[in-house]
Amino acid sequence: MTRTLKHLFSSKLHRIAACAALIVSSAAWAPTGLYAGVSDAGPDATITLIIRDIEQNKLDVALARTENLLGLYPNFRLAHLIRGDLLLARTQPLATFGNAAGAPADKLRDLREEAIARLQGYRNRPAQNQVPRYLLQMREDQNHAVVVDTKQSRLYLYRNEKGRPVFVADWYISQGKAGAEKQREGDNKTPVGLYQVTSVMPPEKLTDFYGKRAFPLNYPNEWDKMQGRNGHGIWLHGVPRDTFARPPKASEGCVVLANQDLDALSTYLQIGVTPVIISNGIEWLSLDDWQNERSALNQAIDDWRRDWESRDVSRYLSHYSTRFKTNDQNFEAWARQKREVTAGKTWVKVELRNLSVLRNPGSQDEMVMVSFEQDYRSSNLNNVAKKRQYWRKENGRWKIIYEGVA
Amino acid sequence: MRHSISRCSRICITALLALSTAALSVPAAAQATLSEAQALLAQGQRSQALDKIDRVLASNPKDRQARFLKGVILAEMNRLDDAAVVFVKLTEEAPELPEPYNNLAVIYAQQKQFDKAKAALEMAIRTHPSYAVAHENLGDLYAKMARQAYDRALQIDSNNSNAQAKLNLLRDISTAGARPATPTKPVTVAVTTPAPTAAPEVPAVKPVQAASSTAAVAASSKPAASAASSSAVAEPPAKPATADNDQRAVRSAVLSWAEAWSKKNTKEYLGYYARDFDVPDGKTRSAWEAERIDRVGKPGAIKVTLSELDIKLNGDRAIVRFKQNYQSASFKSASGKTLEMILRNGRWQIQQERIGR
Repeated sequence: MTRTLKHLFSSKLHRIAACAALIVSSAAWAPTGLYAGVSDAGPDATITLIIRDIEQNKLDVALARTENLLGLYPNFRLAHLIRGDLLLARTQPLATFGNAAGAPADKLRDLREEAIARLQGYRNRPAQNQVPRYLLQMREDQNHAVVVDTKQSRLYLYRNEKGRPVFVADWYISQGKAGAEKQREGDNKTPVGLYQVTSVMPPEKLTDFYGKRAFPLNYPNEWDKMQGRNGHGIWLHGVPRDTFARPPKASEGCVVLANQDLDALSTYLQIGVTPVIISNGIEWLSLDDWQNERSALNQAIDDWRRDWESRDVSRYLSHYSTRFKTNDQNFEAWARQKREVTAGKTWVKVELRNLSVLRNPGSQDEMVMVSFEQDYRSSNLNNVAKKRQYWRKENGRWKIIYEGVA
Repeated sequence: MRHSISRCSRICITALLALSTAALSVPAAAQATLSEAQALLAQGQRSQALDKIDRVLASNPKDRQARFLKGVILAEMNRLDDAAVVFVKLTEEAPELPEPYNNLAVIYAQQKQFDKAKAALEMAIRTHPSYAVAHENLGDLYAKMARQAYDRALQIDSNNSNAQAKLNLLRDISTAGARPATPTKPVTVAVTTPAPTAAPEVPAVKPVQAASSTAAVAASSKPAASAASSSAVAEPPAKPATADNDQRAVRSAVLSWAEAWSKKNTKEYLGYYARDFDVPDGKTRSAWEAERIDRVGKPGAIKVTLSELDIKLNGDRAIVRFKQNYQSASFKSASGKTLEMILRNGRWQIQQERIGR
């Protein structure tokens, strides 16, 4: 009777469990000393241990561990499902994972997908020397950054250590029912792009459905609007009280975390500051590759600044794409205006402060968002402004495609 | 759903003899009243039965047999908390008895206190590792707990089916002694149905004249279609005649063993156990025999029926697996069983007896 359960997992998840067991074994066994303990690396580590128990035919240990897990998270439906299987295996052979006779097929499918998402997410955690490609330069005041991977149903939190992202924690998340890459209002998809939390909604403004708090994101951003994307109300939020988590694809486009995970995350979020990058499959770079990419971009930005100071308008304009757009100007109008303005100046001094360079997720366009505080001085005009640019790689060179006041 | 719940109702309606022997000596009059109460309960006249019991308890407040029966009656009257109090007290006084634990477990299961039910059943099994009822109830309990876990996993509202379950459970308790042990057609060896001595492999309920004993085994485990085809087989059996004879002899021995049990012929019953029989739980042979005489010989009709008989022969040894349905006025059980048998002096004898197939 144990064989069916074992085989079920073996077929799909064998490698996952075997791999994850190596990672978590010390965390789960050493500190507690409990035979069927719950891993302090979180519920997904414990689920991984339970699957390993099952593969090793230690069904009693698996059941005890599952019950311990439920002691911590009484509304963890996936754990209830596994518990049901482990109990049923004592009385009859199992035909499938989630062997609940007459159960609604969609709910079973959701829980199976959650199991796979959690196990894979836990197994595929990044190595120590890997960083998400997107966090090229974090601003000094950005203490943390959030990177979401819709493919893995996972959210990663990074700390800013002198511009270098350092892994802090990761959690299981749910995304839109229809997946990622939102285009239109009501398409039930989660947007992919560079965002930030714009505010926090307290519990008294929310129904139980959203959990204890919610953090709206600035979707659609300038780039989304330029791409003709629309919709609104994309939030990071929690779950209703009667459940620990929701299925991997459940929301209308929001990113949903377990309430306790959102609680943990919210202590790191700075409203209007913390970047929230949503990717449909994170690209991981080694620290060396990351350093190279970051240097190349910082160089391109500094070249642009110095060419601006040189008052050589052609060199300055060479940093702009011919498809460049600003608020109401195209490249030609921009070039004409720059030529006119620069003609009357005897000197220009540009200083960039609080630089942040974030790469846009997705491989269609190689694009980075550059934000800074620009201190501009010249013979006839001084100003200080917060600016945002989008740079795109065209024929191997980084070019500015959008520039505006942030 | 209905099935799994109805199966989780194996409450013991009368305690085994051990209960009364452990109690103070009960006067004959009280014993008679006790029997009347039992009869009233069997007829569903619960409050009258309770009156009788209370009369016994008025003069013998410590009579365990009477208190046990009172617990059963209270459970049937759906006074579950009161019934639980009775059984809890009995488990405290006589922790070596499995029956009060078992009944306590059934009550807890009805109250959906599955963890407590599980603990009680585990105690019953700890006191008597071969106590079949508790094993079966535990299996059913796991199924119920699994169902509850699935409901929580899938957010199924099973409130309605729970209410239904309770009704079924109660009805099952009141009819536990009267219902047939299994809906399939078992090979029946019962006092009321004397087995033919010449051809004991012929099922009493559904007579199929089998051509050979191997065919008969197949017929008993499969429904009518295969039985009909086997009766039409005219060719001699493929197996050598000696093996065929051995099969027949093993089968005959096992069925006779069950028959002796049903007839409460303890001497004949014990005669089927080999001298080197593997006595369970590290008991001595004589202690085990005394216990068996005590239990098998207790008053009241019993019926032991075997079905799905499967015989594996290996020289002078045989492994026999079957489903054993035990039914008395007081309780019934259905469990898998395995006998390891050995041929000695022309007789097949039991060397080992295990619960489970």
